[in-house]
Parts: sequence; C-alpha cells; structure tokens
Amino acid sequence: MIETPKVDWLALSPTLALLGLAAVTLLGAVIVPRSVQRLFSVGVSVGGFVTSAVLAGVVYERSPDGTPLIAESMTRDRLGALAAIVIALSGVAVVLASAGDRRRDHVGEYYALLAAAGAGMVFFVSASNLMTLFLALEWFSISLYVLCSLDTHRRESLESGLKYLIVGSFGSGILLFGCALVYGATGELGFTSIQQATGADDPLFVTGLALILAGLGFKVSAAPFHMWTPDVYQGAPTTVTAFMAAATKVAALVVTYRLLVTAFPEQSEIWTTAVAVLAVASLAIGNLAAIAQRDVKRMLAYSSVSHAGFLLIAVVANSQDGGAALLYYLVPYVAASVGAFAVVASRERELERPVSLAALEGLGWERPFLGVALWAFVLSMAGFPLTGGFFGKLFVFSAAYDAGYWWLVVAGVLATALSLAYYLTIIRALYMRQSQVTGTVIAAGGSPPRDLLLNGAVGAALAVTIGSFVLVQPLVDLARDASASLPF
Amino acid sequence: MLTTLLIAVPLAGALAVWVLPVSRESTSGLALLAILAELGLWLGSARNFDFGSDLQQYSASHTWFEELGISYAVGLYGFQYWLVGLTIVVGACAIGYGAWAGRDRARAYFGLQLFLVGSLVGVFAAQDLILFYVAFEAMLIPLYVLIGVWGGAGRAKATMTFVLYTMVGSLLMLAAIIAFGISQGTFLLAEIGTSTNEWVFLGFLAAFAVKAPLLPFHGWLRAAYTEAPPEVAALLSGVVSKAAVFGLVWIVLPHFPEPVEDFRELVLVLAAATLVYGLVLAFRQPDARGVLAYSSMGQMGLIVLGIFATNDLGLDGAILHSVSHGLVSAGLFLVAGMIEVRAGTGVFSELGGFAKGRPLLATIVMALGMFTLAVPGSANFAGEFAILAGVFAHGWGYAAVGAGAIVLAALYALRLISGLLHERRGTSVRDEPDDLAGNELALVVPLVATLAVLSAWPAVISERSFPADTPAEFIGAQSVPEVVP
Repeated sequence: MIETPKVDWLALSPTLALLGLAAVTLLGAVIVPRSVQRLFSVGVSVGGFVTSAVLAGVVYERSPDGTPLIAESMTRDRLGALAAIVIALSGVAVVLASAGDRRRDHVGEYYALLAAAGAGMVFFVSASNLMTLFLALEWFSISLYVLCSLDTHRRESLESGLKYLIVGSFGSGILLFGCALVYGATGELGFTSIQQATGADDPLFVTGLALILAGLGFKVSAAPFHMWTPDVYQGAPTTVTAFMAAATKVAALVVTYRLLVTAFPEQSEIWTTAVAVLAVASLAIGNLAAIAQRDVKRMLAYSSVSHAGFLLIAVVANSQDGGAALLYYLVPYVAASVGAFAVVASRERELERPVSLAALEGLGWERPFLGVALWAFVLSMAGFPLTGGFFGKLFVFSAAYDAGYWWLVVAGVLATALSLAYYLTIIRALYMRQSQVTGTVIAAGGSPPRDLLLNGAVGAALAVTIGSFVLVQPLVDLARDASASLPF
Repeated sequence: MLTTLLIAVPLAGALAVWVLPVSRESTSGLALLAILAELGLWLGSARNFDFGSDLQQYSASHTWFEELGISYAVGLYGFQYWLVGLTIVVGACAIGYGAWAGRDRARAYFGLQLFLVGSLVGVFAAQDLILFYVAFEAMLIPLYVLIGVWGGAGRAKATMTFVLYTMVGSLLMLAAIIAFGISQGTFLLAEIGTSTNEWVFLGFLAAFAVKAPLLPFHGWLRAAYTEAPPEVAALLSGVVSKAAVFGLVWIVLPHFPEPVEDFRELVLVLAAATLVYGLVLAFRQPDARGVLAYSSMGQMGLIVLGIFATNDLGLDGAILHSVSHGLVSAGLFLVAGMIEVRAGTGVFSELGGFAKGRPLLATIVMALGMFTLAVPGSANFAGEFAILAGVFAHGWGYAAVGAGAIVLAALYALRLISGLLHERRGTSVRDEPDDLAGNELALVVPLVATLAVLSAWPAVISERSFPADTPAEFIGAQSVPEVVP
C-alpha cells in the first residue's frame, strides 16, 4: 500500500470552485441553446467566482498560521487567501462588466477561460515551490493568451494574443531557466528549503535569482519588461484587459513578494537593490510614456506599468509593513482598474470603435454616473485624497521611509506629480470639452440600452475606491494579518 | 461634534444637490438652504464658544489609520473659528451669485460649490496633518472643475497652470508630512512636537507659498483669478488663499521654531517683495479683475509679513487682516462680475462713467474701495497697522516697505474706482441706468455690513483669535527681541 499525502481540500477549494466553473461553462457552451447561453454563462460565472471568494474567505478565517501542504508544494496561509479573495472578486466585477458584450461567438468559452485563468491565479498565489509556481504561471497565462485573441474578427485582438504569447513565453522561459539554476545550486525546489539550503554563495544561484526576478517582472509588467503591456492591453477585448490589469497584477506581485521573502531572505541586499531599480524604471517609463498616449486603453496600460513601480516599492521595503502596504494598495488599485476599463468598455460598445481621449469627450455630461465613476477611478490612480489610492500611496511611502529608502519616496512623489499630467487629460476630456462624436451615434442607432450589470460593476468598484479611503483601518488589519504569514 | 457638523452640512448638501432629482430652480434653492443652515450653525456656535480658553472647542477625535498614527481630529480655536466663518459667509455670497447668474448645469455647479465650502471648512478645522492634507487637496477637485467648465475663454490654460503649481507645492508638502509624521509616529498636531529639519520645513513652506501666493510662485494667479467665474474668484482670493495663512500659523510656526528663526529673513524679504510687486502690478493692470488679482497677491504678502513677525501684534493683525481682506476681495470680485455682466467686459478702456444713474452700485464700489485702501478707521487699516507694528520689531525696513505699499494700495484702489465709476462713459457702458437690483444687493451688502461691523469693533477678532491674547506664546513661536528705540 502506497502512502498517499493528505490533501487539504479546503485549501484547494477556491481553485477547485473556479475549475468546476470553467468545466460547467464549457459544457454549457455545447449543451445550452444559444439564445440563453449568455444568461447561463453569466449567471453561473458570478456564482462560481463568488463561491471561490467565499471559500477563500473561509480559508483566511481558518488559517491564522501558515501550513505547508503536499510536500511543500503550496502553502495554506492568509496571504494567499486574501489575494485569492481579491482575484475572485475582481473576477465577479469583470463578469458583470462583460455581460453586455456584443460578442456573438465564443460566449461560453469566454467565461470558461476567464474562470480557468482565475483558477490558475488563485493557485499561483499559494504556490510555495518553484515547480507549482511555474505550473500555475503557465496555467493562467495560456488561458489569458487565448482570451486576448478571442475576438478573432479583429486584427488587433489577434495581434495582441500573439504578442502576449511570444513575449509571455519568453518570460516564462527565463523564469524556468532561473528556477533550474537555483535548483542546480541548492538541490531544492521548495521556498523554505531553498532558504535553508547551502550553496547560496554559488554564482549560479544569484544568476538564477536574477532570472526568476526578470521572469516575474514580465508578469508584473515592470519596466524594462513591460514592452508587451501597451499593445496587449490595447488589442485585447476590454474586459479581458480589465481582468489582466487587476488580477494578474495581484497574483504576480503577491507571488514575487512571497518568493523573495521566503526563499531569498539571505540575499535581500541583492534583490532589494534590483527591485528598487525596477521600481524606479517603471515609475519613470510608465508615467512618461503615458503622457504621450491618446488611446485610453494604452494610457491605462502605461499607468499600470507605473503602478507596478509603486507596488514594487512596497516589496523593496522588505518588511511586515511593506507587505501590508502592498496588499492594501492592491485593493483600491484593482477596483479602479476594473472600474476604469469597464467604463471604457461601455463607451466602446456605445461608439463601436476604439476609445481615444476624443471619444471620451462629453461623456461626463452624457452619462453622469459613468463620468463621476471614471473621475473617481482616475483620481484614485493618481493617489488623490478621498480615494483609497491616497492611503495606498501613503502606506507604501511610509513603509519605504521606515525601511530607510527615502529616495524611493522622493521618486514616488515625483512620479505622482508627473502622473497628474495624463490623468487630468482624462478628466478634462470628460467634462471640459464638447462632445464631437456622440451626435453621429445617436442618429445611427439611438442611445444604447442601459447596461445595468456593467453599471453595477462600476458602482461596486466606485464603492470600494471610496470605501477603502474611509474604512482604511479594517482593510489594513486584514492586510496586516495576511502579511504576517510570512517570516520576518 | 459641532465642528464635524460644520464640515458635514455642506458636503451633505452637495450630495443632496447631486443625487436628488430636483428642477433647476429648486437646485439653487436647495444649495442656498444648505449654506444658510451652515451659516446658522456657525452663528449659533458662537454662543458657547469660549474664546479665552486654551482648549480646543467643539473638538472630536477618532483613530482613522492606526498603523500610521492618522486620526480624524477636528476642533476650533478662535482664529480657526473666524476663518471658518469667513468661508461660510463668502461661500454663501458666492452660491447666491451663482444662483443670480443662473449657471447652467446647475446640479453639478451647486454641488461643487458646496463641496468646496465643505472642504475649506475641513482645512480650517483640521487638527491632524493628514486630515489637513486631505481637505487641502479635496478643495482642488471642485476648483479645477469650476474654473475648467464655467470659466472664461482661456480657462483650459488657467486650470492647467493652477493645478500644476498647486500640485507641485502640495506634493512637496506631502513628502514633508510623511517624513515629519512617520518620524514622530503620529500626525496629530497636538502631539507631533517640533522638528528642526529644514527640508521638511521647506516642503511645507513651498505648498503655502504657492497657495498664498508669494513672489516667485505666483505664475498661476493672474489666469486663474481672471478666467474663473467671478464667484469662484471671490472664493479663491478671499478664502482659498487663507489656507496658506492657516498652514503657516498653525503648522509651520508651532512645529518648526528653529527653521522659522533661520529662514525668517528670507520669508520676510519674499513677503515684502510680494507686497510691493503685487501692488505695483495691480496699479498697471488694464482690467478690473487683474487689479483685484494682484492686489490680493500683495495683501497676502502683507499677511505673511505679519505671520513671520511671530509676535502678538503681527499674528493678531494677520488674522484680522485675513478676514477683512477675504471679505473685501470677495465683495469686489462679485461686483466686478456684476459689472462684467452689464458691460460684457472688465477692461478699463471700455468702461467708465458707471456711477451715472447707478447710485447703489457706485456706493458699493466706493465703500469696498475705501476698505481696500485701508482708510484709517476701517478694519483693514486696523489689521495692516497691527501687522506693520509687529514686523517693525524685526527691522524698520519691513515696516517702511509696508507703509510705502499702503500708499500704492491707495493708488490702485483709486484707479479702480475712477476707472469704473468716473471718467468718460466707456464704449461698453449702456445708457439705461441698470443699477444693482435687490437680489444683487443681497449678495454684497452683507459683506459690506460685516466689514463695517469689524471696522467699528476690530477687537471682536483681534482679541478673540488666540487664548489670553498672547498669540506668540500660545502657538509656541519664539518670542522676538524687544524693540530697541
């Protein structure tokens, strides 16, 4: 009789819920009649993502201490659980925002792939072994490659999928090579085992660390590994972009943080410097490039590069506070990203063409709710008070200042000033220009029906954006408990 | 609790205006109702306000973000009470003006006005650095939109320069706040202690120097004050600039005694230069609002002169002058707006002879002009006199410059009066006597009346701004050497 490892089904349940959801929607794509397929897929997907979030909440509640599972291939702890909650909830919002899509084909497949990607990410954030890490990374990446090119009738969508596939695979290759080198140097794959292993002074080991960092940098879309971001974000279906900007960022950053802190604490002097360089490069490139953009999705793509910079500052702090700041920052960031892309998606459906800054003109007056919401999201991204983005930046800066990185605080403040240059152009387009585009649309087909589900998603994102400012303490308590799962 | 209400009432009003589905006319009525309720609340709170106490009045404090030591802490001392009052009075007149002018997109407009008033009250009532910063930034949101949407032809550029200047200043202050607060473990003004860090001091100074503005930081001023709708310009010059006064008096002086000492000469020189520069340029402007913009800048220089004298007279004078200048400049901006509505322009070369057939308008302009040039006996004179007497302790030169500048004030004020009221009838001035109507008078007469009361009884503010009438000691500023005769 072979002894089987004990499987902690509860720890796996958030992932399994999403996998089950993927299977059901995929079956639905075949079985359910076309006329009700959208209704079916959306309904099941909302249910599945919510279930996953609730299960992750249960895991959070029941795992005050981290426990390694299945020969250290994954860890059940609050860090992973909190990240899973954020990912699953952003999935709910994306599903709601997608419900009004005009897409006729691949309806069921779209939701199935979304669920599969979500499942991969939820698994990814608990990975504590280089192999499970790589497995989960490929798992959600491949789902995303397909999602990006799902609009097969649009060239940009196909281009985006292809670019993401090539660059993403390249990044994964680098990551895998790094894993191999670390394994070669230490003979270990588990994060804690790597930390305890001897052989850490091996040059191969440091090279491996650098390559792993670069590979994760692709997923975080930190400069200089960001070059795929604008093209992919622009070309992909907007709701997919929303999911990538929000959930992928959460997953990649949480894993980067977990890996560096648990596997490489001895090498912290090396990687803090490297990550600090990545952070400053992302802040500079993301913000400067965003100023030049006229396409809103591209602009938000560069803005997400700059946010990677802010988030990496929290990683550099390499402290309990840094982890809490990272997790807190992600909440308003995710809400604002999903919300902003949802508004863009709604405008896209209305005008039936890509949303440039000119296409936003007058939106604030024509659609007051979406206008105010986009305004709040943009202010939150700019770190303006009255939105959670403000406390996010403040918390990150204070963690960096405490850790002695005052110059990163200065860089962050400068980047914030720079970022206003393009965030304000969005607000100006919303309110301070006369619309030059909508006239034709109304003549063509009349005002589109109200998309209640999308409005609901935007409303929820708005509530989180403002709510995370007012109720900062409860959220920070959650983030702190989650951050405490890692050793310091 | 009451302070929280003072902040919450305008904000709730703003929300009501935005959300409730009411007609255009009712919108302005709703906004006026909210601001009048606020005014009543403020007036009512005077009854139990103990101006002599060195305890905060109506204070409230709740932990907000424990890790970083951030609290929601508000409360009022005498000088804050007066600044809040200035906000509410000018805000009420500005909202009234908006209703009179019939601004389009009324719901957005009045909501933003109320939001602005609420955040300004928040600025003046804040007792926590982060809360102060939040309110300080929050007021930018409505200002940006109010100027950018309802402003004049050059509004796009005006908003951009305004926001850029202000944000650079604010972000420097944010960096300073982080450095200061994190190193002290709290952001509560009552607990945060003092700092000798010159960089942190300069970060705060930068934000307030832009807000006031002081001399090299005034690039945004002309366009913003001219392109903004008149009632927004009234709030900008009358109230928003006083956020700098509050910041200097309540953050910089008490918490940075040594840097204040070290940089005193620099700031005094800048302030004196601002005063002279502002008043000279005010004399040279071709239009009414240009005159008001630069005169406002000059007066802010004078107020900063008084603050950085850091003695009893200077501080009392600075607060008194802040209030009286706020009322005067708000009144003048509103009147300038009324004239622009009548003539379609504010340029002197097309104006003139407005007094004929318009006795009420002429009287109001004349009265406000007299306050501006600080005729002896006016509240403005009392404030200026106290400031000059205070700054005299640091060198007769500053006092001499200040006194000379008051002569300049007379020059531009008289030019404003004659350019509008007297001289030949301008090409844009219509023949029919369209004097101020009752509702217009209702907007400016309260301002003039308040000024008249203050002139008769300046001590209501100057003796009730700081406990026990020892401002310098109270805010912990270092005492200055006695005047050597």
